[in-house]
Amino acid sequence: MTALDFSFFNWNVVSGFVIKGFFFSIQLTLIAMIGGIALGTVLALMRLSGKPWLVMPAAAYVNTLRSIPLVMVILWFFLLIPLLIGRPMGAELSAVITFTVFEAAYYSEIMRAGIQSVPKGQVYAGYAVGMNYAQCMQLVVLPQAFRNMLPVLLTQTIILFQDTSLVYAIGAYDLLKGFEVAGKNFNRPVETYLVAAVVYFVICFSLSMLVRRLQQKIQIIR
Amino acid sequence: MKWDWQVFLQDTGGGQTYLEWLMSAWGWTLSVALCALVVALLVGSLMGILRTVPNKWLVLLGNSWTELFRNIPLLVQIFLWYHVIPSIFLALRGVPSFMLVVFALGFFTSARIAEQVKAGIQTLPKGQRYAGLAVGLTLPQTYRYVLLPMAFRIVIPPLTSESMNIIKNSSVAFAVSIAELTMFAMQAQEETSRGIEIYLAVTGLYFISAFAINRIALFIENRVQVPGMIGGGK
Repeated sequence: MTALDFSFFNWNVVSGFVIKGFFFSIQLTLIAMIGGIALGTVLALMRLSGKPWLVMPAAAYVNTLRSIPLVMVILWFFLLIPLLIGRPMGAELSAVITFTVFEAAYYSEIMRAGIQSVPKGQVYAGYAVGMNYAQCMQLVVLPQAFRNMLPVLLTQTIILFQDTSLVYAIGAYDLLKGFEVAGKNFNRPVETYLVAAVVYFVICFSLSMLVRRLQQKIQIIR
Repeated sequence: MKWDWQVFLQDTGGGQTYLEWLMSAWGWTLSVALCALVVALLVGSLMGILRTVPNKWLVLLGNSWTELFRNIPLLVQIFLWYHVIPSIFLALRGVPSFMLVVFALGFFTSARIAEQVKAGIQTLPKGQRYAGLAVGLTLPQTYRYVLLPMAFRIVIPPLTSESMNIIKNSSVAFAVSIAELTMFAMQAQEETSRGIEIYLAVTGLYFISAFAINRIALFIENRVQVPGMIGGGK
């Protein structure tokens, strides 16, 4: 057993290497969450619309992305986007686009289940008081669906935060990369990987505890 | 742009074609995924069962296991197994990286399987457990003959999707240079610059593998279906 030496780990290391990656991971998670939920809601509404020309493209989008490994999706976008726009694109921007598009598939499945969990009578009630489809969705169905689905959406966001570490594949500078670079610079990779694991664990574990508490609160209201 | 599928017949410079390399990479992906699945099913079932027994220490052990392996990203876990564990436990230095990745992926997935198995056992009516104990079965016997036969049938659908996830998650093994499909995709793309053809082939193989697992699981689900129950395949 070799001795672990964490003495090199001070504030300068954190501010010099880790913080930049941490902010990118958070930024990536938040943008992909907001964009993914927005796009995912549209996809879910398309799949529930009952019109084949809306259902089919949305189903194809969701099923395709859900059956490809995320690393491959990241690589695909990193390869394809520059071909489409005709100029190279940074790994960070490519990652933001990829995660938004990819997570939308997962969020849309959650949204679909959430919308389906709202009783049909609510929709009929909406129509009965003279609302059109958009009003009924916006004012009656979606608010309830969002509340039903909030814990699952947040759990998916925690998974999304964990998955952001996979931008390693295209060399974007995220939280994990920050630790790795620090480890290489001080020739202490073992210690930095350990600290990285602890940091990820503390963040994800405390967030999932919060989600659990929120879930209990929402359950009482219902 | 033009298609150039002949790229797969080119020599890699190592005495084999890219097609042969692709096939061997597929083999690595399947081996990693299937070995990890065995680890995940064994450990995950054990931990899931522990979370439902009437002993708070065993429940605590099962819960901590699940939280630990669920809240660290898979890539970080693979790095822990590959870089950290061999340098702390020197005895493990000679273990091939294939085994390390199998355990990393297996333990990561075991947390998810433990969650499903626990949920499966808890959906059974409490009366089944009491009935088993009342007719004089010991606790292990109650699990073996009363609870688990039902619980495992209930959790087959979520276990199927975890098995498909394990194929997808095996792609993360590229990070420690296992010669699997994603590693192949990255390297062959760089060497040939025929990225689209290479990625299409790799993505197709991932599709086929996950689909095959899905069919096998459906077959098992139908075979073990309990007569008279609504669930179970068609």
